[in-house]
Amino acid sequence: MSVLVDQNTRVLFQGFTGREASFHAQASIDYGTKVVGGVTPGKGGLMHLGLPVFNTVLDAVKHTGATASVIFVPPPYAADAIMEAVDAGVPLVVCITEGIPTADMVQAREFMKGKSSRLIGPNCPGIISPGKCKIGIMPAPIHKQGHVGVVSRSGTLTYEAVGQLTKLGIGQSTCIGIGGDPIIGTTFLDAIRLFNEDADTHAIVMIGEIGGSAEETAAEYIKTHVKKPVVGFIAGQTAPPGRRMGHAGAIISGGSGKAEDKMKAMKEAGITVCATPAEIGEKVKSRI
Amino acid sequence: MKIHEYQAKAILAKYGVPVPRGEVAFTVDEAEAAAKKIGGSVVVKAQIHAGGRGKGGGVKVAKDAAEAVEIAKKMLGMRLVTHQTGPEGIVVQRLLVEETLPIARELYLGIVMDRAQGKPVFMASAAGGMEIEEVAAKSPELILKEPLEPGYGLAPFQARSMAFGMGVESESASGAVAAMIGLAKAYDAMDASLAEINPFIVTEDGRVYALDAKFNLDDNALYRHKDLLDLRDMNEEDPLEVEASRFSLNYIKLDGDIACMVNGAGLAMATMDIVKYAGGSPANFLDVGGGANAEQIKNAFRILLSDAGVKAVLINIFGGILRCDVLATGVVNAARELKVTAPIVVRMEGTNVEKGQEILKTSGFNFTVADGMRDAADKVVRAAKGVKA
Repeated sequence: MSVLVDQNTRVLFQGFTGREASFHAQASIDYGTKVVGGVTPGKGGLMHLGLPVFNTVLDAVKHTGATASVIFVPPPYAADAIMEAVDAGVPLVVCITEGIPTADMVQAREFMKGKSSRLIGPNCPGIISPGKCKIGIMPAPIHKQGHVGVVSRSGTLTYEAVGQLTKLGIGQSTCIGIGGDPIIGTTFLDAIRLFNEDADTHAIVMIGEIGGSAEETAAEYIKTHVKKPVVGFIAGQTAPPGRRMGHAGAIISGGSGKAEDKMKAMKEAGITVCATPAEIGEKVKSRI
Repeated sequence: MKIHEYQAKAILAKYGVPVPRGEVAFTVDEAEAAAKKIGGSVVVKAQIHAGGRGKGGGVKVAKDAAEAVEIAKKMLGMRLVTHQTGPEGIVVQRLLVEETLPIARELYLGIVMDRAQGKPVFMASAAGGMEIEEVAAKSPELILKEPLEPGYGLAPFQARSMAFGMGVESESASGAVAAMIGLAKAYDAMDASLAEINPFIVTEDGRVYALDAKFNLDDNALYRHKDLLDLRDMNEEDPLEVEASRFSLNYIKLDGDIACMVNGAGLAMATMDIVKYAGGSPANFLDVGGGANAEQIKNAFRILLSDAGVKAVLINIFGGILRCDVLATGVVNAARELKVTAPIVVRMEGTNVEKGQEILKTSGFNFTVADGMRDAADKVVRAAKGVKA
């Protein structure tokens, strides 16, 4: 098993005919993901990568039975693309786009209230259940099918952790990149709940960073509800306050969002906290 | 993006928030003209993008225009050091000359993004003049909060509730409510990520004013606010950071001696962390992004090495879309073109890693290839200390 995506997930690409989307759609197809088509307004009726293109997500869902959508739409239009997918009732919406205005995401999140879709991202690498389904931009070969759930706010730092696990022969059930923006869909808490309830996930890796308090919220839940081993790391221990460290959400402001506070909360919740990113793999090995 | 107090006040005034009469001055003559125009006593305020100006000597009251001239002479060109500027301070190049007002009460108004709620939250406090972080730590009960519902902004009833909650007298309440609603409208219209009026004052005769103002704008939304781009003051930014931003590189200058070049923000932060852990000190944060090409790698390299304090370079790349052979080629070309002499430690992982390492080994340059992040950090720290690898 795995969470959210598997060999039966039928994937739609929004912004399908663009350069990035085309590249990653091909990589997903090569990986064995069931890509069923895409959406590019104005190009409906064409074929791309041997798959049908539609003008709207609603059309695409009607004709393909898509159960997930991945968004490669430029920042000014990305929040609208999210709302379109949610409105069409797509159960899982993954938004890769980086640089969406925060106010647009406030609106998109409000729009999603009371609807059944789940959003992953934006500003994230996507989600992969190794050996089954890859939705996003992560390099496929570093993954290995197995039983560790990985959730992270960062892209390449997730690859770092996954690479270490795979080198040690430890596979992953599902890896979820939740994204580096201040306003996101699926949170640490949501992802950890899913992993906790998944019988096939035996251990959890959570990789946080400075900014906000989502790690603390998740730690609170882990303390009382999670019996599986959890290994964590927080990036930005040496980041200066008040500066945005690449990710829009990675900022220590008004004395909150500091790495030390997050690490303390995680330790108190029984999470094995790594001092450096180099030991994530080893720490997982020692806990399983 | 940050903007100056006088710019923020001009925006607030457009949204109906009362601000003191005042003018910006770039020269002593302009300061004198402004003081004369205002008449009587004035306050001269250094315009820099950092808080704590008063304590650093950046806010002075003058009894007349003559004294304002004396103050302006001293203040323009001075290096103002506050708790937010770092020890090197910021050179003052602009002043705001304003009327003085008879202050009866100092309140606080602010708007920040509440990440957990997914919407902005309006905060008001009777403890104005202090930093809100300090109030939050010492007496959180003094901070009143109201969420800004998307599409609705701050409703009058929410503003009234906070105004009376802060103990604003009836005669000043309607003015305070209008100002609060104006602030919320400005926040929304400008795509701000933070807005603060601290202090928001009530005068002895019951009028309200924004005595100070701070706005941070959402960089991701600037594309739809071309007019606000003119408010950017490059003098407030590190020249290397300005240069990096021209090439879409995420660069932040720090004060260590180990330059870092990394792909991805999280990995870049984690690389700084492990350098520190290994006993070194990072010279910068640099995320070259996921799709960097050889040209960007070269520019990144050039910017890193223009920092005179750099003694060694650490390149840490987890190749996904960015293939290791492309990176290695870019690094070798940059090293050749820029005649790099500093020791360079390279750690690569991911797509085409063997090809990349081969390119580095046969390049004729003295690259140190590291295996994993820990090894990379140890090696670059030793290199920065002058120990041969």
